[in-house]
Amino acid sequence: MVPVTSVGADSPVDGIVATLSIVLSLLVAVWALVAAVRHRPPDRVQFVGLAVLEVALLVLSVLALVAVGGGDQPGEPGAFYGYLVTLVCLPPLAWVLARMEPTRWGSAIVCAVCLVAPVVVVRLQQTWEVLGG
Amino acid sequence: MVETRPTQRRTNSGPGRLLIAVYLLFAIAATSRAGLQLATKFDEAPVAYLLSGVAALIYIVAAVGLARAGHTGRRVALACCSVELVGVVAVGILSLVDKELFPDETVWSQFGSGYGYIPLVLPVLGLIWLWRTRRAPA
Repeated sequence: MVPVTSVGADSPVDGIVATLSIVLSLLVAVWALVAAVRHRPPDRVQFVGLAVLEVALLVLSVLALVAVGGGDQPGEPGAFYGYLVTLVCLPPLAWVLARMEPTRWGSAIVCAVCLVAPVVVVRLQQTWEVLGG
Repeated sequence: MVETRPTQRRTNSGPGRLLIAVYLLFAIAATSRAGLQLATKFDEAPVAYLLSGVAALIYIVAAVGLARAGHTGRRVALACCSVELVGVVAVGILSLVDKELFPDETVWSQFGSGYGYIPLVLPVLGLIWLWRTRRAPA
């Protein structure tokens, strides 16, 4: 991997909210995985988890947009906004699919999406920074 | 196994829905990446970016095929999964043999290592799923 170097201003997507989103997403993923292994359909915890995750991701988006409004620019704007839009769509996608599938596989879907979300957050951070070299 | 088996096995419920979800995620990822690459820097690596575009298209069609479930959907999904498997293996080998051909990463380079090898596993799972649901009446 190319080392990531920061460009002056602090990244708006690399703070406490981003970390919280990642941790929360992984927690929901583990919870959903346990449910899937135990043949349980998505439960309240998973749906509440998805809702809280969505709120956290929306806050993250607002932080990013505020930073852009304040004059900062992401290193790769196209990719950055692509990841941002994708990111806030993930929890609703998991929600809808989990509602359609009230079996263990619904929990598996929640788990899969909650494993993807942290990856997208990290990609978001990488595309904000300019890749060195 | 205490799973309740429906009398008809459709490709768009149960594990199939998880498969569709993952296909959707890959469709989104591949489409946006390919779209961006084709729009902004097509000249740098046309082969790789066109390939990304084709891969993206196949993921979308596969997801739709699995979701539509019926006879046609199954055929479409079967074709897509087969093409994907051949594609990911061929591009995987080619990208190792001739790095010049794919100077930039694609979904299928190095057998999809950039995506946790999921591009390699996904078509196999798709084919297994289609095989296991084959007795379902269309």
